[in-house]
Amino acid sequence: MYKIIEKETLSENVAKFIIESETIANNRKAGQFVIIKIGEKGERIPLTIADADANKGTITLIVQKVGTTSHKLFNLESGDSLTDLVGPLGKATEVEKVGTVIAAGGGVGIAPLYPIAKAFKEAGNKLITVLAARSKDLIILEDEMKAFSDETVVMTDDGSYGKKGLVTAGIEEIINREQVDTVVTIGPAIMMKFVALLTKKYSIHTLVSLNTIMVDGTGMCGACRVSVGGKTKFVCVDGPEFDAHEVDFDGMLKRMNAYRSEEEVSYKKYLESRN
Amino acid sequence: MPVDYKELKKDRARDFRAELRAKLSAKERTKTERVVMSEKPPMERNKGFVEVNNGIAEEEAVREAGRCLDCPTPTCISGCPVNINIPGFVKQVEKGDFLEAAKVLKSTNALPAVCGRVCPQEIQCEEQCIYNKMNKPPVAVGNLERFTADYERESGNISVPEVAAPNGIKVGIVGSGPGGLTVAGELAKLGYEVTLFEALHEYGGVLVYGIPEFRLPKAIVRTEINNLEKMGVKFVKNFIVGRTATFDDLKKEGFKAFYIGSGAGLPRFMNIPGENLINIFSSNEYLTRVNLMKAYKFPEYDTPIVEAKTVIVVGGGNTAMDSVRTAKRLGAERSIIIYRRSEKEMPARVEEIKHAKEEGIEFLNLNNPIEYIGDSEGRVKQAKVQKMELGAPDDSGRRRPVPVKGSEYLIDVDVVVVGVGVSPNPLIPQALPELEVTRWGTIVVGDDMQTSIPGIFAGGDIVRGGATVILAMGDGKKAADGMHKYLSE
Ligand SMILES: Cc1cc2nc3c(=O)[nH]c(=O)nc-3n(C[C@H](O)[C@H](O)[C@H](O)COP(=O)(O)OP(=O)(O)OC[C@H]3O[C@@H](n4cnc5c(N)ncnc54)[C@H](O)[C@@H]3O)c2cc1C
Ligand SMILES: Cc1cc2nc3c(=O)[nH]c(=O)nc-3n(C[C@H](O)[C@H](O)[C@H](O)COP(=O)(O)OP(=O)(O)OC[C@H]3O[C@@H](n4cnc5c(N)ncnc54)[C@H](O)[C@@H]3O)c2cc1C
Ligand code: SF4
Ligand code: SF4
Ligand code: FES
Repeated sequence: MYKIIEKETLSENVAKFIIESETIANNRKAGQFVIIKIGEKGERIPLTIADADANKGTITLIVQKVGTTSHKLFNLESGDSLTDLVGPLGKATEVEKVGTVIAAGGGVGIAPLYPIAKAFKEAGNKLITVLAARSKDLIILEDEMKAFSDETVVMTDDGSYGKKGLVTAGIEEIINREQVDTVVTIGPAIMMKFVALLTKKYSIHTLVSLNTIMVDGTGMCGACRVSVGGKTKFVCVDGPEFDAHEVDFDGMLKRMNAYRSEEEVSYKKYLESRN
Repeated sequence: MPVDYKELKKDRARDFRAELRAKLSAKERTKTERVVMSEKPPMERNKGFVEVNNGIAEEEAVREAGRCLDCPTPTCISGCPVNINIPGFVKQVEKGDFLEAAKVLKSTNALPAVCGRVCPQEIQCEEQCIYNKMNKPPVAVGNLERFTADYERESGNISVPEVAAPNGIKVGIVGSGPGGLTVAGELAKLGYEVTLFEALHEYGGVLVYGIPEFRLPKAIVRTEINNLEKMGVKFVKNFIVGRTATFDDLKKEGFKAFYIGSGAGLPRFMNIPGENLINIFSSNEYLTRVNLMKAYKFPEYDTPIVEAKTVIVVGGGNTAMDSVRTAKRLGAERSIIIYRRSEKEMPARVEEIKHAKEEGIEFLNLNNPIEYIGDSEGRVKQAKVQKMELGAPDDSGRRRPVPVKGSEYLIDVDVVVVGVGVSPNPLIPQALPELEVTRWGTIVVGDDMQTSIPGIFAGGDIVRGGATVILAMGDGKKAADGMHKYLSE
C-alpha cells in the first residue's frame, strides 16, 4: 500500500519521496497533484506530483514541513507507507509552444514547478528558470532544473547564494532584456501575487498554481474556493492553475489563514508528542 | 414500481399469518397506541454525537407489529420506493421471529438498518398506511424496520445472502453510496466478480461523510460493508474512476459493465457578496470535516473545525438540519436555521425538524441572507438578512418566496453554513464526454438504468439530483437487473 521506496532529504525542512503507485504514475500529467493522509487520525493534504516513472510505477513528492501533516510525512522513511493516497487530481497544465517561457519558483514551489517547466521545455520553448528562496539551503532541485533549462537564475533574499533580491527582481531583469511570452510561477501566495502584479504591468500572460486549503480534492466541499475573474472557482477541479492576472490573491491569502490558531494547537501537540 | 399483489396474496395466505389474524380482531388492534421510540434527553444529546434515538424493545416491537392489520391490499407497500413486503416482515415480528423478519426485509432492501433510520417514512410507507384513513397514527414501519435490522446485527447471526457460483464476469461499480452498495450486493449474489471503487478513504458515500453519527452510527454502515466483503465484493478506495484509471483502462483489465453511483457531491453556493469569507462553509465541507475527518475530536484527530458562538445555517433540507444540529453539538450558543420559505415547505424529515427544535435550534423561517460582512482578517462577522413572504406557487408547486422590501437587518455570526442544495458530481461526465447528460448535469438513463453508453449503467443522485437513500437503492436494484440482462445476452 503506497509504499515509500526512497527518501532523500533535500534541506533541513524539505524532503523528496519516491512512492509506489502504478496507476497514478501511468495516468498523471504535469500540473496535477495527489491527496495523502497519514494514519487513521490524519488530515488529508494536497501535494504536487513532482515527477513520475511509469516504468517503475512510482511518483515523486517533495514536501516542506510547515505543520503537523507535512512534518509527519517528512519523518517517514523508505519502507514506510502512506495510509491513503489518491490522484491524479486537478487539471493538467496546458503546455503550448509560445516562444520564451520564464518558470519562476519560490521555496517549495520549485517542486510543483519542476514538472511544468520540463513540459514547457519539451514542447519546444526557450526556458529560463528563476529559483528563489530566503536563503541558500532553501533552494531545491537546482541541478534537476538546470538539466533542461536554457538558463537558470538563482535569487536569495539574503544574498547567501546566487543574486541577492526578490524573485520579482530576477524576472524583471529578464523581461527588460528580452521578449518573454509566458511566465509560470509557483510559490507562496504572497510571492505569486507580486509576480502577477509585475507581469501585468508588462502584459505578459502568466500562470500560477494555487495552493489553497483542501479537504477532499474532488470538487465536493468547496474549501478550496477562490475568486478568479470575479467568479468563484474550486482550485481542486477548476485548477490548480489559473491566469494569474485574474486571481483574487488578497481573498486567497486570507482564506489560507482560516485555521491559523487550530494549526498551531495541532502542531504544538504533535511536537510535544515527539518529545 | 408496480406492486405484485399476487405474490403478496400467496404470502398472506401462509398459515402463521392467518393464525395471527384470527388471534386478535382488527378493532382490538386499532385500539393499541403507537409505540413511541425513546430518545436521549435533548439538552444532553445536543452536547455530543451519540445516537439520538434509542430504538424499541422486543415487546414494544411485537406490540407495534400487532397494530398492523395485515391488510388484504397493503397500501403501505406502494408508498415504499422499493416495495418492501411490509406486512410480510411485520407479521414475522409479531410472531417473534425477528431473524426471519430480517430475511424478508433483506430480500428487497440491503440496508434496512440505514433505511429504518433515515427514510422520510411520513411521506412514504407510513403515509400510505390504512391507519391514516382512520385518523390514527400509522404503523411505525420505520421503527420496526430499524428494530429488526438492529436485532439481527446485535444477535451476531447476520445472514449473509447466498452467492451463486462465480461466473467469472468482472463488473465495476463507481461510488460506494447506498446505490453502489446495493448493486454490489445484487450482482455478487448472481456470481459476478464485483469490484467497487471509491474516491474517498472510507466507504458509504453520504452515509459516512454527510449524515452525522448522531443520526446514523458509522458502525452500522461498516457492518454492511463487511457483509458485502464476505459475499466476495472487492473494495478499492482512494480510486477515482476516470482519473486514477479511465473506463477504457478498466475495460482493458476485463471489466464488462459498470454502474455509476457517483452522487450529487457538488455543493451549491448562493453567489451573494461576501460568500468566500473565512468561516463560511458549504454544508458538505462542514459535515465532511466533522463526520468523515472526525474534526469534533480535534486535536486528537488532525482535521480542525472552527469553534463558534453563533452559527447560521442556510436551507431547510436534511443537510441543513444535520449541519445546524452539528453546530450545536460543537458548542455553539446560538445555532440558527435561516430558510426562505415557511416550515410547511421544509424538505427535511419531520423528525429532524422536531429533534432540532427540542435541541434548542432557532428557526428564522421566511428569512434569506443577501450579503455577508467580514472583519479585517476576512472572517465573517455579520449576515445581512432579508425577510420574505410567500407569493404564488412556483413550478415545484410550493409557494414562491418573495422579498419584503426594506426588511433587511443584520445578525452577528461567527460561522455560516450554506446548505441550499447540491448538484450532480461532474467528475464522471467530464471523464466520458460522449455520455448523455441533462442540462442540469444529471446522467440520462433508460428504463433499465442504462446510460447512452452500452454497458454503463447509472442511478441514485447522479441521475436524480439530490434524492434519498432508498431511491438510490431502488435504482441500484433496477440497474443490477439491467446489468444482468445486458451481460446475459
Ligand atoms: C494543489 C496543491 C499542491 C501542493 N503541493 C505541495 C508540494 O508539492 N509540496 C509541499 O510541501 N506543499 C504543497 N502544497 C501545500 C501543502 O498542501 C501544505 O503545506 C500542507 O497542507 C500543510 O499541512 P500541515 O498539516 O503540514 O500544516 P498546517 O498545520 O495545515 O499549516 C501550517 C502552516 O502552513 C500554512 N499552510 C496551510 N496550508 C497550506 C497550503 N495549502 N499551502 C501553503 N501553506 C499552507 C498555514 O497557513 C500554516 O501557517 C500544495 C498545496 C496545494 C493546494
Ligand atoms: C447531509 C445529508 C443528509 C441526508 N439525509 C438523508 C436522509 O435522512 N434520508 C434520506 O433518505 N436521504 C438523505 N440524504 C440524501 C441521501 O444521502 C442521498 O440521496 C444518497 O446517499 C445518494 O446515494 P448515491 O448512491 O447516489 O451515492 P452517494 O451517497 O452520493 O455516494 C457517492 C459516492 O461516490 C463517490 N464517487 C464519486 N465520483 C467517483 C468516482 N469517479 N470514482 C469513485 N468514486 C466516486 C463519492 O466519493 C461518494 O462516496 C442526505 C444527504 C445529505 C448530504
Ligand atoms: S425502505 Fe423506507 S420507505 Fe421502504 S418500508 Fe422501509 S422505511 Fe418505509
Ligand atoms: S397499510 Fe398499515 S396496517 Fe395495512 S398492512 Fe400496511 S402497515 Fe399494516
Ligand atoms: S478541496 Fe473540496 S472542493 Fe476542492
